[in-house]
Amino acid sequence: MRDLLQHLWTHYHYVIYIALMLIGLYAVLAKGNLVKKVIGLNLLQTAVFLFYLSIGHKTGGTVPVLWEGKPDAIPYENPLPHVLMLTAIVVGVSITAVALALIVRIKAAYGTVEEGEILALDEADGQGGS
Amino acid sequence: MTQHLPVLVIVVPLLTALIVPLVERVRRGSAWYLVTGALLFSTYAAIQMLVQVSSGPIEGSIRYALGAWSAPMGIEYVVDRVNGIVLTMVAVVGLISAVWMRPSLKMEIREQARGSYYTVFLLCCVGFMGMTITGDIFNLYVFLEIASITSYVLIAMGKRRQALYAGYSYLIVGSIGATFILLGIGHLYMRTGVLSMADIVALFEANPELFEKSDVRVAFAFFTVGLAMKMALFPLHGWQPSAYTQAPSAASLFIAATSTKVSAYVFYRISFSVFGIQFLESALPVIRDGLLVMAAAAIVLGPLLAIRQNNLKRLLAYSSVGQIGYIMLGVVLLNMDGVTGGLIHFWNHAAAKGALFCVAGALVYRTGSARIADLAGMGRTAPWTATVLTISGCSMIGVPLTAGFLSKWYLGAGALAADRWMIVPVLLASSIFTAIYVWRLLSLVWFAPKEAVPAVTKEVPWAMRGPALVLAAGCLVFGLSSISVSIARDAARALGLGS
Amino acid sequence: MMLAMTLLEIAPAVSVGVCLLGVFGIVLARRSPNVREAVSLITAGVNFVLVLWMYCQFQDGKEIGSTLVEIVPGLSLGFRVDALGILFGLIASSLWIVNTLYSIGYMRAHDEHKQTRFFSCFAIAIAACMGAAFSSSLFSLFAFYELLTICTYPLVIHAETETAKAGAKRYVTYLLGASTLFLLPALFLIWYAGGDNPTMAFAEGGLLASSTASHGLLGLAFVLSVIGLAKCGMMPFHSWLPAAMVAPTPVSALLHAVAVVKMGVFGVSRIVLHVFGIDLLEDIGIHQFLVWGACFTIVTASLVALVQDNLKRRLAYSTISQLSYVLLGLGMLVPAAGMAGVLHIGVHAFSKITLFFAAGAIYVALHKTKVSELDGIGRRMPITMTAFTIGALSMIGLPPAAGVVSKWFLVQGAADGAWYGVLAVLVVSALLNAAYFLPIVWRAFFKPTPPGEDDGYKEAPLLCVVALSITAAATIALFFLPDIFADLARAAVGGGS
Repeated sequence: MRDLLQHLWTHYHYVIYIALMLIGLYAVLAKGNLVKKVIGLNLLQTAVFLFYLSIGHKTGGTVPVLWEGKPDAIPYENPLPHVLMLTAIVVGVSITAVALALIVRIKAAYGTVEEGEILALDEADGQGGS
Repeated sequence: MTQHLPVLVIVVPLLTALIVPLVERVRRGSAWYLVTGALLFSTYAAIQMLVQVSSGPIEGSIRYALGAWSAPMGIEYVVDRVNGIVLTMVAVVGLISAVWMRPSLKMEIREQARGSYYTVFLLCCVGFMGMTITGDIFNLYVFLEIASITSYVLIAMGKRRQALYAGYSYLIVGSIGATFILLGIGHLYMRTGVLSMADIVALFEANPELFEKSDVRVAFAFFTVGLAMKMALFPLHGWQPSAYTQAPSAASLFIAATSTKVSAYVFYRISFSVFGIQFLESALPVIRDGLLVMAAAAIVLGPLLAIRQNNLKRLLAYSSVGQIGYIMLGVVLLNMDGVTGGLIHFWNHAAAKGALFCVAGALVYRTGSARIADLAGMGRTAPWTATVLTISGCSMIGVPLTAGFLSKWYLGAGALAADRWMIVPVLLASSIFTAIYVWRLLSLVWFAPKEAVPAVTKEVPWAMRGPALVLAAGCLVFGLSSISVSIARDAARALGLGS
Repeated sequence: MMLAMTLLEIAPAVSVGVCLLGVFGIVLARRSPNVREAVSLITAGVNFVLVLWMYCQFQDGKEIGSTLVEIVPGLSLGFRVDALGILFGLIASSLWIVNTLYSIGYMRAHDEHKQTRFFSCFAIAIAACMGAAFSSSLFSLFAFYELLTICTYPLVIHAETETAKAGAKRYVTYLLGASTLFLLPALFLIWYAGGDNPTMAFAEGGLLASSTASHGLLGLAFVLSVIGLAKCGMMPFHSWLPAAMVAPTPVSALLHAVAVVKMGVFGVSRIVLHVFGIDLLEDIGIHQFLVWGACFTIVTASLVALVQDNLKRRLAYSTISQLSYVLLGLGMLVPAAGMAGVLHIGVHAFSKITLFFAAGAIYVALHKTKVSELDGIGRRMPITMTAFTIGALSMIGLPPAAGVVSKWFLVQGAADGAWYGVLAVLVVSALLNAAYFLPIVWRAFFKPTPPGEDDGYKEAPLLCVVALSITAAATIALFFLPDIFADLARAAVGGGS
């Protein structure tokens, strides 16, 4: 038990990202409001960003730029995860943009952004099965 | 130019996609020529590269370092025997659906939106081709997202408001899946420190003890679940029926014939070329058994659910759920015959399902909806389309001398070789269920009562008939010639499976 | 010389091609019934001549046929003419000519609809028969077997009434279902049993003769393949045959007395003789399944036939029963019995088609379908009923009709192999056959016409009468000259000797 606590404490960043991820997943799956689902999705993605950044981190690490004089003594942060996450953030933003655009259109077409009501309207249209 | 083909196959349609809206603004209707031209080039390039790798040694591949930065610094594009098949499939299906979609779009998409439809469609092709050709797992993720986002948009462009919701649902599931894949990449990177597939697998081969590490296993689990969502593997297929049903017919055609299969290909690639056969054989029997059960369930339940549908597109979507099970079965069996069967099914299913969606699109083109009841009497009014339906339906069942038969035959052989004999009755049951719904369609088409007035009053234009016939001919050619089997066998050998 | 060589190689394929070309011609000539029927007849004639030529070449000991494509190792489409194949080919191609004559008379007298579809599907069916007869591998045979099921579906559903639809549905469900669920896995197991060098090419003495696969697997494959060949009519997978009787009589006559059902027993002959081989089956001991299944079918189907009032249904159950003679002969694994079984394919074909022609003629002339309505009909349709009597005698196994020849060899074989139970079944069956055929003959010739009914002479259309006279004559001729078929049957069983 003590070991486990110790382990969790020293790897607290994992705990944070897992917690964030679960909160995000919960929102996506359990919430009926389409906007809230998108927020959940964003949380999920942010958790992954944090995870990536944490694996590139070194205690006392610094900017990966060649320092004049003593190139070897300074520990660098791993820059690659940062670069990857820059891309992932762009992807995340685009997904959010598409999702929000769809929500706007859904609101215009259905007059609601609640999942249950939309499904009920579809059912009423007789489009559930066809 | 030949040595630049691996990048040109992607870049040409990518750049074309960007100028398409401008061209469309200058002159309405001209963008279609650009789209078709770009895809024609990609098809040429893909076939050229497939021929090149096929004539080389089994393990040979074409490697192309982007910007001359070779791995591990830069990103590499790799074409070998395996993804040569898939790349060609995507490009050919893309070209065929581009030709096919022109009359169809006139019915289903507003004129002002057509320019952007072409752009998104082309980007979608780029995404799928990129997913197949890249040799870098993070680049894979980026292309996967390009393909996904454009798919969401294509689906949401359907005529009815249900399309919006179908697109949104797919977006949510797809993004969760993609995020899981991203996590898988992260775990893998954490352990290996490289992103190039070739480097990772080399590292694993040199250090088999890495397979015992929990983060490597977690990475594989994340890849599996994420990709299962993207490829709609039962029971994660919930998004697929609505998406295929509501999308514009042209988008259904392209997405149904390629999208889930490219995800399945990625699973092949991750399994064989990133983790390696050793990992699959030794580690995680739970995942293998679980996947076997899921694949078997998909194979039986997909066609079973399809029987009850009243909408042709939805019926085809459920049948796709079953078909992806065949492809996954190939990986799980992990032997020569099984993987051969899985690989030929990439082609066979693309041809058959593409042809069937052409028929569904023709139905929508003539009647405005995809109600199955409207097929009645089509054999008299639209004999060509009805013939396409007959041939591709037979291939779906797996009638001998059609392409579908060979896939099932090899998967069955693989199952026996892997001592999984209970897969054979599963394959049979699936054939029977498929036969039931195909027979239902065919008896409507050919043996409708004479009094009934056919809803499809006449044939669709040749621009739609021709591509459908090409795909249907594919079902016969792949079933009658040994070419596809020998290519797939070599590909399976290239993946490291003994003969 | 070169030309003759290549002609020998492609002759079986040409035979299939001629029939398919006939389909093309029939469809092209759809506007003019006379031309269309002429095309049918010419195609049938050309095909028969071709088969006859192949027969002569085969008798000269020439190798006929070649492999067309090999899709994957072991799965090949190809043709090779052997004794069994040429026997089936001769029967189907010669009877097609007679049947075409009969069909023309029947269809015209009835003014049936969709005659073009009828004649073209017929030609495809014969193409499938030719293909199956000359197939060099089990896979080819299977492909043509399935083709036959599919192309006869429009023939069964021809009337397009509710009964016809229900019958056709049952027909196609049974046949396709059985071949998919049982025959296909059997093929698969046979292929798999080949190990590293899988093959499905028929071989004298059995392609599996040297297989190392376990007897359990091979036995399973055998049982599956016999059940899967549901066209052979073995109970309990027989009920498609009575259901198929909704089809017009020419279809019942040629397809459901000759081509389709014979394809089934022909398939079983291939399985027994050229896939498993007599020695291997003896080792496994699985032939008991075939023998007793056939015995059960012979007796049960005869009993059911006794109570059928509809003439065509009675004939259908008689067919089911007679087909099992073939299976029985093969299953006993005794040369004389096997030869009798193969010979019975031919004998039964000529006799049963005569019976069906007669039933159809009665329907065309007098619109009667029930046995109970046939009182005194022998005086109104003397030629038809004489032919019917000859067919019935053949079924029972009485001289001077051909049936007695094959039954005689069958009895001999059963005695050779000490199958005493089988002997008893054969005796019972002969009595039952007499019990359901002789009353019809008696009614027709010796009972008075019911009061109030016209009893003048009223034969069927000339073409129908001609056709049934030919087959009846052939039935008698086969009694006196059984050698053509008997030699082929002996060669098929005995490995060419």
